[in-house]
Formats: sequence, structure tokens, C-alpha cells
Amino acid sequence: MAQDATGTQISQEAREGHWAKTRSLTIGVLIAWFFFAFVFPWFAKELNAMSFLGFKLGYYMCVQGSLLAFVIMIWLQNYRQDKIDEEYGVQE
Amino acid sequence: MLKGGFTENLGKVYGLYTLGFLVFFALMALLETTGVGARAIGIMFLMFTIAIYALIGYLSRTMQVDAYYVAGREVPALYNGMATAADWMSGASFVALAGGIYFGGYPYLGFVVGWTGGYVLVNSLMAPYLRKFGCYTVPDFIGTRFGGNAARLCAVIILVVASFTYVTAQINATGTIASRALGIPFEVGVWFGILGILVCSMLGGMRGVTWTQVAQYIVLIIAYLVPVIWMSNAQGFGLIPHFSYGDAAQRIAELESQYGLAPAAEAVAGVRVLTTPHFDPQGGFDSWKFATLALCMMAGTASLPHILMRYFTTPSVRAARKSVGYSLFFIFLLYFTAPALATLTKLQLLDPELATAVIGKSIEDVLALEWVQNWSQVGYLAVVDQSGDGIVQLNEFFMRPDIVVLATPEIAGLPYVISGLVAAGGMAAAMSTADGLLLAIANALSHDLYYKIIDPKAETKTRLIVARVLLVGIGVAGALVASLKLTGILGAVAWAFCFANSGLFFPLVLGVWWKRANAAGAVAGMVGGFAAGSWYLYMVYAGGMEPWAGIDHLRFGIIGMPVSLICMVVVSLLTPAPSKEIQDMVDETRIPSGKTIIGH
Repeated sequence: MAQDATGTQISQEAREGHWAKTRSLTIGVLIAWFFFAFVFPWFAKELNAMSFLGFKLGYYMCVQGSLLAFVIMIWLQNYRQDKIDEEYGVQE
Repeated sequence: MLKGGFTENLGKVYGLYTLGFLVFFALMALLETTGVGARAIGIMFLMFTIAIYALIGYLSRTMQVDAYYVAGREVPALYNGMATAADWMSGASFVALAGGIYFGGYPYLGFVVGWTGGYVLVNSLMAPYLRKFGCYTVPDFIGTRFGGNAARLCAVIILVVASFTYVTAQINATGTIASRALGIPFEVGVWFGILGILVCSMLGGMRGVTWTQVAQYIVLIIAYLVPVIWMSNAQGFGLIPHFSYGDAAQRIAELESQYGLAPAAEAVAGVRVLTTPHFDPQGGFDSWKFATLALCMMAGTASLPHILMRYFTTPSVRAARKSVGYSLFFIFLLYFTAPALATLTKLQLLDPELATAVIGKSIEDVLALEWVQNWSQVGYLAVVDQSGDGIVQLNEFFMRPDIVVLATPEIAGLPYVISGLVAAGGMAAAMSTADGLLLAIANALSHDLYYKIIDPKAETKTRLIVARVLLVGIGVAGALVASLKLTGILGAVAWAFCFANSGLFFPLVLGVWWKRANAAGAVAGMVGGFAAGSWYLYMVYAGGMEPWAGIDHLRFGIIGMPVSLICMVVVSLLTPAPSKEIQDMVDETRIPSGKTIIGH
């Protein structure tokens, strides 16, 4: 097994800048994830007082809303991550 | 006919395949109108689809290590997304999800949110980094990142326990479907199922499994969507029911309060009556149960090796990320259909204003229905007038949850060809997941245990033969266990997620996100979390212990994960930091460009 220790020639600053932005993006995504995964379903009873597209909102979030939000979240994150990679010249 | 290699013509190949499947479907529909029986149609559906998977498996045969373990890393994001979706959606998702929603109400929706939200974790924390690492298996990452055979071995053991728990449920499902569609005993159906599964994976390894899984996804998604949309149109619920069943859900709530959700006067074995409201969250403890279940399923998704290893097969890190996006989209198509199916089927049974209703009708009329007779004969349904008033009450209509998907076409009065299609879809779902799991187990044993630990000098040919012998051995062992019918499908599936997250979630996450994590910490995290989770499972499931704060056997990861995190952090900090080389390796993992960490 051959290990490649330093495969990429980029400066230490670029490396750190890239990781700092990647980390912030990830944290941002996980905060959004937390809301759709836990907060909205947790308050389903309260949200049910409102309605959305003919659904009670709490129900809607559990059967469609959060699911759709997860899909969108991943695509947005990837779009942003590609930009970050390009900014620091570490794209493939 | 085709210019260039197979991977340059994927669109054409799978486009033709889809068209071929639709033509076959139309042909079957035509045969039905000429009087061919339901059984014959069911048999032809299963045989035709399995023959195609076997052909793909045969054409993908290989003697190259890269092709066998990671499909040559040439699977484009879109197709890897489809393959992952098939890998992911098991017999349980296909057959049992809608039934679970039908009977389980709000608490059950924790599975729906958990099994989709987990992909956000896969994408943010795991997939791109594991792809950059260039490992063949998940223990390969753990072993290389932390160094040492101890960490690698722990990861192999947890992988085997989690995946084996899961795979028996899948083989069980293939056996059930085969036995019903082909009219053979369950014990024979199991062997028929495992044979089909092994043909797809044995010759081509990951390459064979990838291309059959794409084909299986196409069958399973058509088989799930067509009946629901057809039913919706036949029963006047709208062209695409997904966006308009809010009223149906509210009408169900009205009917439920009108009928009352009383338990049955007298239980009937194997079937149940509806006692949980369609959607009536109580807040507080109810919310806690939802959140703990969802968390276990999400963290489990991000730790299950058969899912993570799918992202090793893409050509680049970027493609790995993109394919997570496709995966969840393809999974979403089924998961946002299941609640619509559950709701509309329930409304059809409950609403006296609809022709299909059974509740509130006279017992003679209901017992005369053909679908009621069919399912009653096999013990999956029972209608008993326990109150003696001659009317079917809500608590006199008994059903097995997992027949909701299978019986819906018949309830809505659709032709039999739809039932054949559904059987083929269920088979595709169970087979594709079983293939992924078996391969994950066999690859970990052949690559990590045999090649990396026992015999690092083994030749390529020997390695690939060992890999195949293990695959067949594990498949047979799985079929043997499945034929004993030890657990219900869902229990085993939830356990697999909890085993995986208890042992592997934090070692994987911290391996990328915390440079200071070292081998001793990783071993402590894996052993501690897995032992704590397993102990708790044993105590609440068999040891007679009262669950703490509603944390039952489906959510034992809630105990395992924090123990794993604490053990890993504390032991890492008490022992020396990893070497400069390892820390550089972690830095390198975090950027997409450059060579993979492991050069095989």
C-alpha cells in the first residue's frame, strides 16, 4: 500500500482558508438540517393550527416539507462547495 | 451498435431497458385481457426481471480488483444515485413503509424523516471525504486513518453485525415475495431469492451490483409510482395525488373521531386493527419519541457501510457529492409517495361515501369482496363481526400492515397486471439491498480481514477467489437464518441502524473532522459504543428492563452513540496525538484535488 503524503501543491494558507469555509458551510447546513429534522416535527401539533396547500402544516412537514428541504439542502451545499473548491484552486 | 465503452452509453442502455420493461408491462396487460391468469402473470414478471438482473450480473464479470471492489470508480453521479437508491430502499421501504404509515401515524413518520434526513449527514460529513481517501471498504478507512489492525478489526466486526442483521430481513423479504408469486413454500422461496441475489454479485462484485442496482431501481420506482397514480385517477383523487391529499387526511381525521379508534374486542393472531390516529401529535413525550427515532435512523444512514461504499465508486469527489444529491432525490420519489398511498388507501376503506369502503358496510357484502377473500385465505386479513350487529366496524377490520402496498391495486379494483408489477418491484427492492449488504460484508472480510490482516502478500487472483467464496458462504448463512424467521422485518432493520451508529458513527465523523483523534480513541469509541448499545438492546428486549425515557429497542443508538463519543474523545485526549504523517493525511483528505490517500 503506497501512501501519498503530499499529493497536492497548495499553500498552507489556502488549505486553511478552504477548510474554514468548508467547515462554516457544513455547520450552516447542519443547523438547517436540525430545524427540518427535529424542530418542525417536534412542534407538529402547534404547526397543525396552520395550513399549507390544503395540508395541515405539521403534517405537511413530516410527509413532504422536510423531505424536500433535505434534497434542496444537499444540492445547495454542493453548489456552494464547488465554488469554495474553485476559489482555492483545489477542485479536481 | 454501440460506439465506445459501456459507461459512455449508459443513457442509451438504460433508456432501452426502461422501454423494454414498459413494453413487457403492456404485453402482460394485453395477456390479462385475453384471459391469462393472475398467477401466470406474477410468475412471468418475476422471471423476466430476475433473468435480466442475472444477465447484467454475468456481463459485468471481472477479475480486476478495482472493478470488483469499487466498480472501477467509473460510475457517473446520476447512475450512482440510482444504484444507491436501490441499495437503500429495502423490501421494508417498498413493502412495509406505507403500511407502517397507515397503522403508525405520527410516531411512525420518524422513520420517514429519519431515512431521508440521514443523507444530509452522509453528504456533509462523510461521502466526499471517504471518496477522497480512496478506500475499498469502510474498515479500510478506519484502519488507514487511525492505523493499526485493532481499529480495522473492530470496524469489521461492527460492520458484519450491523449488515448481517439487515441482510437476513432482506432475504426473508425475497423469500416471502417469491413464495407468494410463484406459489412455492417460504423455505424454498428463500433459496430461490438468495440464488438470484448471488448471481448479481458473485461474478462482477461491485461492478455487477452497481449495474443491476440501476436496473432494479428503474423497476422498483415504476412499480411503486404506477399503481398509486393509476389508483388516484381511477378513484378520482386527482392526476398526481401527492399534492392534493391534504383534504383526504382531514377527512380521515373526521371519520376516525366519528367511528372511534377502539381496540378490537378480541384479538386475531398476526393481524391488527387501526388504533393510532392518522396524524395526531401530542407534543412532549410524543415529540421526544419522534426525535429519538429520527436521530437513530439518520446517524445509522450515515454509518451503514453498504451505503457509504457506494460513494467509493464515482470518478471524483465532486461526483461523489453530486451523487448523494441524486440518491436522495431518487429516494424522495418513493418516500413522498408512501404517505399519499397510505392516506388514500385508508380513505378508500373508511369513507362510506366511496364505493370501495368496507367500514360501515354489512358483513355479508364485505366478505363477498374478492380481494377480502384472497387475503383472508392466506391469513393476512380478517373481517369478524365481533359486536354481532351485522355491520363492519373499524375495530372489526383486521389487516397485516405490510399488505397495504400489495393489496391497494385490488382494493381500488385495478387489473391484476398491477399486482404482478408490484411483486416485481418488491423483489427488486429486497434483492438490491441484499446484494449491497452481502457485498459489504464479504468485502470487509476478504479485503480487511484476509488481505490486510491475515495475508498481505496474497495474490490478486487468490484475493478475488476468497472474496467470492465468502460472498457465497455469507449468502447461504443469511438464507439459513432467514428461513428460521426469527424477527419481523422492521425490528431487524431498525437494529441494523442502531448497531451501525453506536459503533461507527463517531469514529467515521471524527476521523475526518478531528485531527487529534487517534487509534486508541477510535477503538475505545467503537468498542464502548457498540458494547453499550448491545447491552441496552439485550436488557430492554430480552432482559426485562423498563426502557429509560421511552428509549426502546428500536432506538438503542441513543444509548450507544453518546457512550461512543465520550469514550473516543476521552481516550484520544489521554493518549498521544497521532503522528504528523497521519495529521497530514487528514489535511489531504479534506481537499478534493490530488491523488487518493490510499493508492492500491
